[in-house]
This record gives sequence, structure tokens and C-alpha cells, in this order.
Amino acid sequence: MSEFLQHLINMLVLGGTYALLGIGLTLIFGIMNVVNFTHGVLYTFGAYIMFIVVHQLGFNFFLALPLAVVAGWLLGAAIELVLLRPLRGSDIDTTMLVMIGAWIAMQSGILWIWGGVAKAIATPFPDAPLVLGPVSVSWLRLFVLGAAALLIVATYLLINRTKLGCAMRATFQDQDTASLMGVNVDLIYTSTFAIGSSLAAAAGALLGPVYVVFPQMGDLAAVKAFAIVILGGLGNITGAVIGGFILALAEELGAGYVSSGYRDAMGFLIIIAVLIFKPTGLFARAERVG
Amino acid sequence: MKAAVAIVTVVVFASVPLWLRDPYLMNALITTGIFIVGAMSLNLLLGFTGQLSLGHIAFFGIGAYVSALTSLGFDAGLPFGFRIVHDPWPPVAGLGLAIVIAGLCGYFVGLLSFRVRGAYFVIVTISFAEVVRLVALNWVELTQGPLALTNIPSITIGLPGVGDLVLRTKLQNYYLVLAVAVAAYILISRLVHSHFGRAMRGLMENESLAVSVGIDVTKTLTLAAVISAAIAGAAGSLYAHYIRIIDPEVFAFINTVTMVIMVITGGKGSLAGPVVGGMIFGLLPVLLRPIMAPEAQWIAYGGVLIVILFVLPRGIVPSLAQRFARRRSRAKTVTPGVFSERDAEEHA
Amino acid sequence: MMALAAAALKIEQVAVRFGGLIALSDINVTVGEGEIVSLIGPNGAGKTTLFNIMTGFLHPSHGSVSYRGAVLNGMKPHQIADLGLIRTFQRTSVFPNDTVYDNLLIGLHRQGRVGVLEAMLGQPRARALERRLRERAGALVEWVGLESRAHDLAGSLSYGEQRLVGVALALAAEPSMLLLDEPVSGMNASETHTFVQLIRNIRDRGVTILLVEHDMPMVMSVSDRIVVLNYGRIIAEGVPDAIRNDPAVIEAYLGQGAARA
Repeated sequence: MSEFLQHLINMLVLGGTYALLGIGLTLIFGIMNVVNFTHGVLYTFGAYIMFIVVHQLGFNFFLALPLAVVAGWLLGAAIELVLLRPLRGSDIDTTMLVMIGAWIAMQSGILWIWGGVAKAIATPFPDAPLVLGPVSVSWLRLFVLGAAALLIVATYLLINRTKLGCAMRATFQDQDTASLMGVNVDLIYTSTFAIGSSLAAAAGALLGPVYVVFPQMGDLAAVKAFAIVILGGLGNITGAVIGGFILALAEELGAGYVSSGYRDAMGFLIIIAVLIFKPTGLFARAERVG
Repeated sequence: MKAAVAIVTVVVFASVPLWLRDPYLMNALITTGIFIVGAMSLNLLLGFTGQLSLGHIAFFGIGAYVSALTSLGFDAGLPFGFRIVHDPWPPVAGLGLAIVIAGLCGYFVGLLSFRVRGAYFVIVTISFAEVVRLVALNWVELTQGPLALTNIPSITIGLPGVGDLVLRTKLQNYYLVLAVAVAAYILISRLVHSHFGRAMRGLMENESLAVSVGIDVTKTLTLAAVISAAIAGAAGSLYAHYIRIIDPEVFAFINTVTMVIMVITGGKGSLAGPVVGGMIFGLLPVLLRPIMAPEAQWIAYGGVLIVILFVLPRGIVPSLAQRFARRRSRAKTVTPGVFSERDAEEHA
Repeated sequence: MMALAAAALKIEQVAVRFGGLIALSDINVTVGEGEIVSLIGPNGAGKTTLFNIMTGFLHPSHGSVSYRGAVLNGMKPHQIADLGLIRTFQRTSVFPNDTVYDNLLIGLHRQGRVGVLEAMLGQPRARALERRLRERAGALVEWVGLESRAHDLAGSLSYGEQRLVGVALALAAEPSMLLLDEPVSGMNASETHTFVQLIRNIRDRGVTILLVEHDMPMVMSVSDRIVVLNYGRIIAEGVPDAIRNDPAVIEAYLGQGAARA
């Protein structure tokens, strides 16, 4: 029983960061209809920013997280402006392939600069975990859970309570009408991609210290993000949060009770299973973003 | 015109071993040739049927593993206490089985592609390849996992009256790969110019219209996937028996991306495209290795893919063909169609 | 007045709902072999929905559609095409990136079935069949009068010419019944006139024809019978003269005042 509880705790921590990943992608995929293959690289990028800030620049650990979020935001905006905006109106295949090219180039860049050896990020938390009855959880993981929760709430508020969020939701429903109403669709697209990318970077920055940082870490993250989006429905933030936790649960239970080697297969299996039985995803395309 | 170019190309390739002595380059040519067969098979789905399948390396890898395991023999446990034991068969049997089983997997992907379209299809195909990779990695009893299958026997051809010819040298493998590549090219060319090829094209261009004249979407997509997968499986088998060592890294997504870059750059939907793209991206890494680290090369390849998509979206071969056509055309320009009469006569 | 022809297409008690919206209800139509029947009605009357029901692109919530005795409900569009029921499209009526000639070759799909293996191995039977198909495509191009454009990309043709290609495509599929979706919309008077001739020629070859149209003079001149839809129901059915004077029809198109005028 305590083992189950332990899995549950792990699931919560993991689920929170997965939710961030998923929300980011569901916004991009949902609002812009772009199959964003760079999402995983942004995740990796966020982790490496943490590494750079903490180890190469020697800054405070807690400062690194906001920096990673901002860096992800900037990189995302750059990608959208340089690669996506000129392709607006092209078929979805072309955009997908361009995203793949960007992914390869960026990931290889990271590999080239920092090498393939995995790196660990030192954290300021005590090594001894916090013991709560039958379960124990490290301070780091608690921090990750808290930060993830904070970011999820912040995103939710952004989408539902701000003018930008309102414009994003309008664009999601009907791009043409939104632009007729005065929404600057170009700006919305860039903002959406930037925000989504910053969330991916945040997820990477949070999980980087938990595991290790290596150039290909984003590959699996990307697939998991897609699994979450398919589970939760395009553009559905709440769905993405739920999906993130479902995936984390599946992974924890799968790793714990089936085989740890197949842990990462959970995401893929979910994708295949859901799409075989319900090709349009578990939830229909969200009526509205949020 | 096209036939002449094709014949000259084959003759040129056939003559290469006569003057190329560098074993390192020979090896590169052989593996490039194998990958070109893989790229041609991907082109069938991507370029002629319009299905962006990004799990293609799965068929290649499945072909490689099936062929290797068939010729090595294995002894593995199945769920519920069953065991499956297989004694080694000749490698050619492995090739045959690789084609069949890869084709079967293609069948299921084809079925899926009918249910799941667009972006979701792309995601599913990637997932499929990754699951296969994880199985290869974790089912150690069968596949040796990361320790790899080693000592895979070379392909042996029984020559009546002479005895067995073991294809061990680079020279022999070069001609084997060349023969397979030419055969694959001819098969695909005939397919594309046939009734079935038109069905694929119709579906790709205007699905509702195609359906309204009686084209069966599921059957067409599935059959295209089967043939495409079978050819990829054959390429994988050749790879296994040439390199003689196979590990789960063969399923890495980067290998699918390599094939995709070959097809897109060379020209999807053109028969010669994968060949041109394959030569470029198969040989470039080898030629550049002394001056550029592989990671740096990949930054460039990613960049090349992007640039091609922006500047030459149809790829090199179709763009060149268009330029030639424009030069010697009359007022009414025609892009050489896939089934225009001239082509048909040449390929008949 | 035509003698009672054998029934080709039979639509019985068909109804279509989209959620709470009732698009069609209580539809009963019979098209006889060799007839030219037109389906007309104001915008939003349900013509497109009914047309899609007949061609398998939509499934009725209720009722049945049968062709020469075979029930079409639940069949996929390509299966319906195999029965000889071929439709055209109003927009995107061609394969734009292929030549006119190649368009027709694709349309000849049902005629040229060759096993994939046979084709790949270059068997003589496959090649002979190919030759026959190419001859047929050539003949069809001439029949619709597009020889001069045969090797141009279909997408580069004028709108009216594309429609012709669309019809030729449908003919290539050897229909026993042809369903035309607003065939002359966007055409000028002379193109429409040519088209009417074409339709008559096709019918004379034994093909049953049903068309959905807005162009009244054209419909009146070419149809044996006309069926009028409004608000998802049939409000009138009969020969052109009867329809022309039917008060319900006049009211549907011109409003209540016109009927009394």
C-alpha cells in the first residue's frame, strides 16, 4: 500500500510537469494547427538553460527557472517569426517537415555545443527527503510540484482572464472573425507559439534537476506531449492537465507493476490505442480554449 | 529520353568498382544504396500516395531483425510459459521472410491510415516505430537488446552446378545492392504508371472525386503501405546481412528523418528523386567527416531541409525537369505527367 | 408522355437530422430508367443534403435509398460508384495537377482493373489493357470537345472547361446513372447551351440523369420531370409545365405575394 502511495506521489510530481508540456502543445496545435515538432527541443533547451545558469554562470537556482521560461519564450517567438509566419497558408505537411528540420538542427546544435554526456544540475535542497508517514518525497520534487502548479494556474489565468487570452480564444474558434474584430492574428500566433514554447522550457527546467540533462531528452518529451494533447483534446487546457496526470499515472503503474523498460512506451501505446479506437481523440476538439 | 538517362546511370554505377579502390568509400556507397532503396519505398507512400508516414524506419528495422533472427536462429520465451525455438535458415529465406513480415506490418499501418488522417496519422506512425524500438531494446531474450545481434551470416546464393556463392566481399555486396536497387526502381516505376498508380494519385489529389469514380480508399492506401513496407523490409534485410550486426539503434527516429530528407530534397513524387537525394545525403556525411563533426553536419542537414522546403518545395529532380521542359516548350507548358503517353511507352 | 419506365433510383421515406436540425423529412422520389430528373429549390432547401444521400457521401437517419433494387444505405461512395451511380462535383471537379487526358485515365478506374503484381511484372495483359484505356481516354476527350486542351493541366482550364472535364471523368466511369451537382453554375449562356446538348446526348446513350440546379430556363428545357424541395420537404413534383405554374413553387421562390399575382 505504501508502495502505491509512493507511486501516487511520484505521479503527482510528474503529472504536473507533463501538464505543462501538454498545455503548451495543445495551445500551439489547437490555435495554430501546427504539428510542433520543436516542442521537445524547447523542453531540452529549458533544461540546458538551467544547467548554464546554475553551473556555467553560477547564478542562483531559483533565478534560473524564470530565466528558462523567458528564454523559451524568446526562442519560441523567434521560431514562429522566422519559420512559421512565411509558411502561413502552406499545407500542413510542409510546416511539419520544416518543424522537423528545425528540431534536427537545434538538437544537433545542443549536442555540438555541450556534448552528449549527460549532466546533472546541483540543487540547493537538502538531500534528506521529507517523510510524511508511509511516503517520502524529496524537497526538490516538492518544489517542482509547487512550481508546476503555479505555472498551470498562471497560464489558466492568462488564457481566461486577460485580453490576450481572450484574443487567443477568439482566434482558436474562428480566425477570420477574430481578425475582423480587430485581433492582430499575427501577434496572436507569435504569442501562442512563444507561450507554448516557454511552458515546454519550464517543464524541461523543472525536470532537468530531477533527472539528468542530455541532448536527446526532448525526444521522449515530445511524444508524451502529443499523447497528452490527443488524450485531452486539441486546445483543451483542462484536458491537457488531466491528460498529463493520466499519462504520469500510466507510466508510474506501468513501471512499477509491469516493467521499467517499457515505462516510456506508455505514452506511445496510449497514442496508438486512443487513435485506433477514437481517431478524433478522447475529447472532441474543445469548444473553446480554456 | 528518360530511359537513356536511366541506362547510362546504371552503367556508370556498375562500372564504379572497376576504378574505385577505397574500401571506405565502397562501404559508404553500399550503405547509401541500401538507404536509397529505403528512400524509394518511403517515396511510394510520401510522394505517390500523399501519406506522411514518419515511422518508416520501423519496416526497415523489422526487416533487418527478422532476417537476422531467421538466419541466426533463436530461442525465446513467450507469455504463458510458451517458448519459441527456431533453427537457423539460409539468409535468403531471411530475406523472403523479412519482405513478408514487413509487408504485414505495412498492412496494419495502412489500415490505421484509413482511420486516422492528417497530423494524427503522422503521430501514430512515429509512435509505432518507437514502440518497435523499445520492444527490440527490452525483449533481450529474443533480440539481445542493446548487446546487438552479431555474426549475422552473409547472403549465400546457391549456383546450380558451381556450389554456394557467399557474398562476403564489398564488391559482391555492391553488385547485390545495385541489382536490388534497380529492381526496386523498375517495380515502383511500373506500379506508379499502372492502374493502381493512378488510383494512388487520384486519392492524393482529390479524394472525394477519386472515390466517386470507384477508387477504394482503404484498399489503395493499405496496398501502397504493404508494398512500401515490403521493399523497406528487403532493404533492411540486405543491411543486416551486409553489416552483420544489428542493434535497436537501427530504429532511431533520426534514420527515418534521413530518409525523409533524401526524399524531400531529391523530389517526392518523382522516381529519380530518392536516388538523387539518397546519393547526396548518403555520401555527404562520409565525405564531410574529415572536416565536420557529425553533430555539426546534422545542424546543416536540418537547415538544408528547411531551405529546400522554402525555396525548392518540389525537390531537385522535379524542379530541374520543369526547367528543362520550359526551355524546349511551346506556348502551352506541360509538366511531364506521371502517365503521359511518352513515359508510358518508355516504361512499357 | 413517357410510359412508366422501370425504376432506377428509389428514395423512400428518407429523413436526415443533424443533431436537432431536421434537414430532410418524408422524402419519396423515384427516378425512372432513362429519365432526366431535376432537383430544384431555394437555397437551404436541402438539395445538397439529398444529393449527398443519393451518392453515399451522407447517411440518412431514416428511410432507404436503392438503385436497381440494391439498397445503398451504409455503402461507401466507391461501392455506390461500382453500381454505376456516378456523381460530379460543383467545385473541385477535376484533378488539378494532372492533364485533362490523365484526368480521364483516372476516371477509367473501373474499366482498367489490373492486378498490382501483374502491373509490376509488366505482364502483356496489363500492357494491352493500358493501350485500350488510353484509346478510350482519347475518344472521351474528343467527345467533349477538349482535344486542343488534352495535354494541359486541368487546373489551368477555364471554369466551364473544368466542368466539361468533370463530366467526361464521370462518363469515363461508365455510369448507368449520372448525378450532376449544379453542372452549369457559373457558365454563360452559350456554355450552358452546349452543356444541355451534352446532357441530351448522354441520355440518348441510355444513361439516367439526375441533376441539381438553380438555372431555371436550363432546368425547364432539359428535364423530363422536376422535383421541388423546400425546407427539407418535397413541395411539388411533375413535368416542367406543371411546375412552372404550381403556386406552391412560385411561393417558395418568390414569396407569398407572387403566388397570388
